[in-house]
Amino acid sequence: MSHQTLKRVDLIFGEYSNEKYKILATTLARTNDDILKDLLDSGLRGRGGAGFPTAMKWRFTAETPSDEKFVVCNADEGEPGTFKDREILLRVPRKVFSGMAICGKVIGAKKGYMYLRGEYKFMVPELQKELEIYHEHMRQLNHDFSIEIRMGSGAYICGEESALFESMEGGRGEPRNKPPYPTTSGFMKKPTVINNVETFVNVLMIMRLGADQYKKLGTTDSRGSKVFSVSGDTPIPGIYELELGMPLDRFVDEFGDGDTKAVQVGGASGFCVPRKKFKDTVIGFEGVPTGGSMMIFNSSRSMYNVLHNYLEFFEEESCGQCTPCRVGCQQLLKGIVAVKKGEKKAVYLDQLMKLSESMKITAKCGLGQSVANSFSSIVNNFKEEMIY
Amino acid sequence: MTDCKSLILELADKYGRERASLLPILQGVVERNNYLSDTCMTDIANELDLSAAQVYGTATFYSFLDTQPRGEYVIRVCKTITCDMHGKKTIVQTLEDMLKIKIGETTPNKKFTLLETNCLGWCHEGPAMLINDTPYSGLTTEKVHDIISEFIKK
Repeated sequence: MSHQTLKRVDLIFGEYSNEKYKILATTLARTNDDILKDLLDSGLRGRGGAGFPTAMKWRFTAETPSDEKFVVCNADEGEPGTFKDREILLRVPRKVFSGMAICGKVIGAKKGYMYLRGEYKFMVPELQKELEIYHEHMRQLNHDFSIEIRMGSGAYICGEESALFESMEGGRGEPRNKPPYPTTSGFMKKPTVINNVETFVNVLMIMRLGADQYKKLGTTDSRGSKVFSVSGDTPIPGIYELELGMPLDRFVDEFGDGDTKAVQVGGASGFCVPRKKFKDTVIGFEGVPTGGSMMIFNSSRSMYNVLHNYLEFFEEESCGQCTPCRVGCQQLLKGIVAVKKGEKKAVYLDQLMKLSESMKITAKCGLGQSVANSFSSIVNNFKEEMIY
Repeated sequence: MTDCKSLILELADKYGRERASLLPILQGVVERNNYLSDTCMTDIANELDLSAAQVYGTATFYSFLDTQPRGEYVIRVCKTITCDMHGKKTIVQTLEDMLKIKIGETTPNKKFTLLETNCLGWCHEGPAMLINDTPYSGLTTEKVHDIISEFIKK
């Protein structure tokens, strides 16, 4: 059963420095090139799931000429199975604000926003308290970078960066065409760095430890630690900070209930890994990437029900703007129901698989493109469960 | 319920009259009045110099911006996979029995509205629900009984 084999890391949730905003103060005194060099050396990649190199994103935005730039913290954590950003914002909000301020300095922005999902509104009073402390310290440091909290209102799609900007600008949360990317045209069409909550904390930790020390964690492709949200059939659900690049079988040894059938890595938009592939699957950018969501299913669970739940989720959360996603999600859901009921023959699943592949290449944003991830990985690995 | 026109003025003074102020204003109205009426959305459009269609379009996009009357306490039960696995159906049944309404309905005294919602971010402590802005997790039939009984007394 569960025995601790994976090394616990205590970086993200580690204690604050003794002096409030000390690392922020020392970092603000450094040159931008110096900070960017550290970030680049650290190998830090975005923690929201897509894994874009953070130093590149910041550099591109810094290099775009503009009278105004913005820093946005994406706290619209909505991926099923993910709850790490809530935990980070509850426990170490100071580190998040510090990371945002460092970004503001590097790219030349005076204003930062945190877009917090509506479901987390209960945290606002505490966050505002910390923001007051933050703003007071920034005044003392004589550095101009203010942070404001903006709320979402129950739309998963607003976690997509361009949909998030649309939402902040007062519109429907419908993703934009890319390019242009946020580094040249983001919030208010101005160059914007948008990073996940955890990414900003990692920036601060790199500033504290130095790139060399930070790099000792993880693997070549996946540097550093990661906050994992573990849920489902596990005796120990919760938040765990672990090194990236771990093999899935070791994860299951430690977190599973001894009867694990599959692990959904990366939430509803991620991949389902069946038992026979645990051994060969690495959690990280070189293997199966994750924004932190790890949902464990044991052999009592019907994978048909799991897929049905995901597809209902996508059908409701699709913004409806582009046809592949709007119609595709509906048809995939109707399709698996029809096969299960026997109204369609089993070979119809192949048609649905083609549909999901078409969505992958034709949908406008990450939502529609990633439905195929869970769809094909569940249908391929658990075909009998879809039919009988 | 606060008079819509004066509330909108108050919110517009606080958040500004830009298009970017629209979402905070809509959220402010829902927080106070539980929902956005048609006249309220038209008033917001006038105040921000937008078309009513733009305001309606934005409002109806977001699941937490209700455009039909809701009760004083809006209960949203998470229906996403891990909460579902850990007994969401029993929780919904308990709520329906206690409040004598079905999912999507509001009690006749306009006190409670019962809804389902997507992932609330409490997967490790499912089943979970929100009552207005407050999350409740690790729900059991007994726990729901206690929580709702308290609200009924309010």
